Amino acid sequence: MTRQSILDLYFMDARSKLIDIAAFLDRVDRGEGEPDFRLAAFRKALEELQHNEPVRAKSVLMSLSDPTTEPIPKAPGKGAIGAWPGPETH
Amino acid sequence: MRYIEPHGHMVSRTTDDYEAMTLAGCRAVCEPAFWAGYDRSGPEGFYDYFCQLTDYEPKRAAKFGLPHFTWLCINPKESEDTTLAAEVISLIPKFLDRPNVLGIGEIGLNKNTRNELQVLEQHIDLAARHDQLILVHTPHLEDKFKGTRLILDALRADSRIKPERCIIDHVEEHTIQMVLDAGFWAGITLYPESKTTPPRAVDMFEVYGGQRVWLNSACDWGRSDPLAVPKTAIEMRRRGHSEETIDKLVFQNPIRFLGQNPRFTVR
Repeated sequence: MTRQSILDLYFMDARSKLIDIAAFLDRVDRGEGEPDFRLAAFRKALEELQHNEPVRAKSVLMSLSDPTTEPIPKAPGKGAIGAWPGPETH
Repeated sequence: MRYIEPHGHMVSRTTDDYEAMTLAGCRAVCEPAFWAGYDRSGPEGFYDYFCQLTDYEPKRAAKFGLPHFTWLCINPKESEDTTLAAEVISLIPKFLDRPNVLGIGEIGLNKNTRNELQVLEQHIDLAARHDQLILVHTPHLEDKFKGTRLILDALRADSRIKPERCIIDHVEEHTIQMVLDAGFWAGITLYPESKTTPPRAVDMFEVYGGQRVWLNSACDWGRSDPLAVPKTAIEMRRRGHSEETIDKLVFQNPIRFLGQNPRFTVR
């Protein structure tokens, strides 16, 4: 596909999601209290969008992933929350 | 359009979903064993579930002309209790000769614990001893990358396992390459929020190719869409992919993998 065709197909959808992210960050700023580690992880992942190579989706996913290699002793629960809290939680 | 839904938790879906899938061109549905959303109280609950998957659910699907197949295991979300897991795994051989059973799945990891890994290895051993296909669930979100690496290591550590007879499901952009490089099949799961959207799935198809890839909705009791596969086929059309290319990805590829079990006779 040409870049023009991709813009024609996806620009409005991406624009909408971009504004949703901006509004989400505004909403968090207007909120009260201290945020947990997820906000910092989200902001760090956003930095991955600034790179010029077409591997941004992979980079964002990696930024939010547990980079360790060993199984953990015990499950802290069943669910995942979308960002790695760091080694201290294990 | 014709397609196969190779991963749908139909016990959680309505008869309307069966009808909609059939109308959209679905020719067969395959249902891996999974977590019910709550922990079952004992192995008897799994026995009943396996009966449901091998007896009742095929009859429900047949009312809509859909062949129904299944995979059996204890899901990774309940694998932390190794005593329960061992009891459930001991039940599975009794069901392996049921006519709609395709293999062992969806096994894998959830939070990447030692116990989950131990139970995964027991499932791999079970599949190897009974020469079964394997369907693997990879963990969610932040746990996926690490879990996928651990799963691939566990599968490669057993010399009886043939990668071409295993599909690693729920791949995303950061895990698909390692799965395909290791010779396994890769499943792309289409979810409204987590996992992959139709545009991202088509991106991965375009970047990594579709030689050993299938698409699935993994529709269950959570936010999910039983028509996600045909909707992704429409996404491919929007990008100009041919009907032949679409058919290969959503119909012929699942047949190539699932047809390794002679019970899967859909053509």
